[in-house]
Amino acid sequence: MAFESNIRHNIPPKFFVEFNRERCILCKRCTINCSYGALSFNGERIVADNYQCVMCQRCALMCPQAAIKIEVNNFQYAPHFNYDDRIRRIIYEQSGSGGVLLASSGCDLPYHQIFDDLLLDACQVTNPSIDPLREPVETNVFVGRKLAQLIPEIDSRDVMLEMDYPPNLEIQEPLIIGHMSIGSISYNACLSIYKAAQEIKTLAGSGEGGLHKDFYKYKDHIIVEIASGRFGVDTKYIKGAAAVEIKIGQGAKPGHGGHLPGEKVTKMISETRMIPQGSDALSPYPHHDIYSIEDLAQLVSALKETTDYQVPVGVKIAAVHNVAPIASGIVRAGADFITIDGFRGGTGAAPRIVRDHVGIPIEIAIAAVDQRLREEKIRQNVTIFAGGSIRYSADLIKIIALGADAAEICTPVLIAMGCTVCQSCHRGLCAWGIATQRADLMQRLDVNMASKRIMNLFRSWNEELREILGAMGIDSVESLRGNRDRLRYIGANPKIAKVLGVKHAGE
Amino acid sequence: MRKNSFATMPQFKDDKVFDACGIAGFINIDGQCENGIKIKQMISILRDRENGLGGGFAVYGIWPEFADQYCLQLLLDDELVVELVEEYLKKNVNIIRDEQCPTGDNIHPAPLVWRFFIDVPESVENPDDFIVDLVMGIHTQIPGAFCLSSGKNMAVFKGNSWATDIADFYKIEQYKGFLWLAHSRFPTNTPGWWGGAHPFNILDYSVVHNGEITSYGTNRRYLEMWGYQCKLLTDTEVIAYFFDLLTRKQGLSKLIACNILTPPYYDEITRMENGDRNYFKLLRINYGAAMLNGPFSILVACNRPVPSLLGLTDRKKLRPLVAGISEDSNTVYMSSEESAIRYVEPNPSSIWAPTAGMPIIAELGTGLISMGGDRILRPQKLEIEIG
Repeated sequence: MAFESNIRHNIPPKFFVEFNRERCILCKRCTINCSYGALSFNGERIVADNYQCVMCQRCALMCPQAAIKIEVNNFQYAPHFNYDDRIRRIIYEQSGSGGVLLASSGCDLPYHQIFDDLLLDACQVTNPSIDPLREPVETNVFVGRKLAQLIPEIDSRDVMLEMDYPPNLEIQEPLIIGHMSIGSISYNACLSIYKAAQEIKTLAGSGEGGLHKDFYKYKDHIIVEIASGRFGVDTKYIKGAAAVEIKIGQGAKPGHGGHLPGEKVTKMISETRMIPQGSDALSPYPHHDIYSIEDLAQLVSALKETTDYQVPVGVKIAAVHNVAPIASGIVRAGADFITIDGFRGGTGAAPRIVRDHVGIPIEIAIAAVDQRLREEKIRQNVTIFAGGSIRYSADLIKIIALGADAAEICTPVLIAMGCTVCQSCHRGLCAWGIATQRADLMQRLDVNMASKRIMNLFRSWNEELREILGAMGIDSVESLRGNRDRLRYIGANPKIAKVLGVKHAGE
Repeated sequence: MRKNSFATMPQFKDDKVFDACGIAGFINIDGQCENGIKIKQMISILRDRENGLGGGFAVYGIWPEFADQYCLQLLLDDELVVELVEEYLKKNVNIIRDEQCPTGDNIHPAPLVWRFFIDVPESVENPDDFIVDLVMGIHTQIPGAFCLSSGKNMAVFKGNSWATDIADFYKIEQYKGFLWLAHSRFPTNTPGWWGGAHPFNILDYSVVHNGEITSYGTNRRYLEMWGYQCKLLTDTEVIAYFFDLLTRKQGLSKLIACNILTPPYYDEITRMENGDRNYFKLLRINYGAAMLNGPFSILVACNRPVPSLLGLTDRKKLRPLVAGISEDSNTVYMSSEESAIRYVEPNPSSIWAPTAGMPIIAELGTGLISMGGDRILRPQKLEIEIG
């Protein structure tokens, strides 16, 4: 049976580009800057094809006269609470194309934010708070396996310690940059991230697209990812990296692989991913050599052998319903760290249905995993990274108090570089030069400026973390980790507080 | 439902007590035993640091004739609970001797205090763990019973009143020991209860604590991994459990345990020489969750490997601690305030305040092995002359 894919409905534009004709000086800068083909000059004035506009605001922000305003189209179908406009648009699009709808960035539905129902504690009277500008407040974190106990060596009456210890990486604040592959974001965006990571002595993920030859010099600060497609993976890639991470799943698309269309596989991408130019880079849904936890244990061992047991080897999973027992299995499979990616996590491209509806929030996932690993007495065996919509420093602080060792962020890093979260990454036309492979667009991203802004963001979050620690009377972040006593819940659902192991305000 | 129970924990919603208290202690290095008059004097002069909601004492070397038996001292609500406890103990251990602890009538109402000298059955592989379980069992299974202390050759006397009244109530001048600890309490947000007074004890580890632990949640959840149940409404219990975990179960020295609880800052560690740097870094990497944060000064007494008295403050020294050596150099004193030391020792040969986060450790027979000065990796043998 043949499907007709070109019988689209009339769908109204989402946005309108409005011009202030008095202010417009016809410099045409907007037409050059719009990468979506929404603006053009018709010989007389600037005109807009509103259907093409994604509200990335490039034109408006680049206009020297501030003459452009993008407005949301208030078009409305006859009101129906159940079949609201969003649902109807989805059905129109599906029945017009017959395809799976793609989306990018993170889930945009108004699910309740648990982070916003949690409040932090501070000292009053019975203990003094600490001014982080005057007193030391430490934020160092060590990434890797810890031991249940240090083995004392009895030497007469002095007890010394066994100094042989698993590899641990020191980072200056409990925050790293997550995995964004070259392919999903541009060369310049990757370069900005790695430069920043090196400067602020943190870690950044490589993503699943391999590592461009120019980036090998940043390997001390890069966690190289081994995903199901094994793109760009060879021993040179694995050896010498700060850490190695097996990607099982991603918060935005649990149970899914990656999809980089052939037109994005340029010469550079093809060299980096080690695949033919122009071929689709489809990473399989599962790793086809990992169908079970014992298979995962084998790969962990193989990677540890490859790296001579000198670097931590970790596993990344999406926060799914059974995340706690899965994490426990991963620890027992030998992982030195686990990255848990919440359902709000971002993506360069994912089926909308998966992005918006699969997985659980990171707050609950971290609380469940931390508690489960403690009950099994194996919490110290791993470092836990929490990702998937850690939006700002408040989320970072709360997720550490819930039990994570550190957070990893992607979308805030992109926003720091200039991303406006227009959620059109999957189209590869990013007007800000971030999520694109087009050389003319990519050169819009000033690497120097972007990396400095990322550094500023990290510094700012760390200072805010130190402010909160000081107010809590805590002078080192390890005393906040898992310290749920310093959180209180003010939401409407006491069951959530129970699952999180947090008391209600007033208790 | 039992009302006004002394030994059963009250049900507060917050699970810890914030304290601001007075602490004092001393150890006679040559092991000479003395009665409780001096310690009572030391703690009584710290009256400003208490509010009548808790006081207590610990004494070591008290039962030379039963030195090999565990001594369980219990607070019991009434005769019925005494029978229940006796029944429970008979099922699990051999009672060598039991007696009611003589008490005064200066505090009303007051619980019964009973003590049992017990041997664990020979089949028990680890007697210490067995006793810990036994104590946890009493707390959870017998309402109206609370275990004051459970170590060998030591005892804890504590209750809900002014420290001097507690001293009189238990008639501590009748007991003799070479090491005494005292505590006077100023709980600020929850009413005191008899079991919640200090010293807090498990086996022969006794802790008196002035302060508040801001890392309590982290510490508690770490200890829970190793089987400790922190259910006594006081953040002090984590300190006692940490000493039990680190020194008894994991075999680390007291100095290492202190370096774990109050480690140097990374800035300091970075400036250290190789050996020290690796040592401290390793402790911080591995035992981050055991670090104690917040303002505190503590005194810890224990029997093993040798009886010793230990004083420690938080890394910023937000609570006071002063130490002194007696005129005859045989006694090491530690207290919240110098006045407590000078009151009983008008001409001390030395008085000093330790560096923040550095332990003062005095051992029976040896003397001071750590003065609480600069960071040290190995114990210093600063033996003081025994007079």
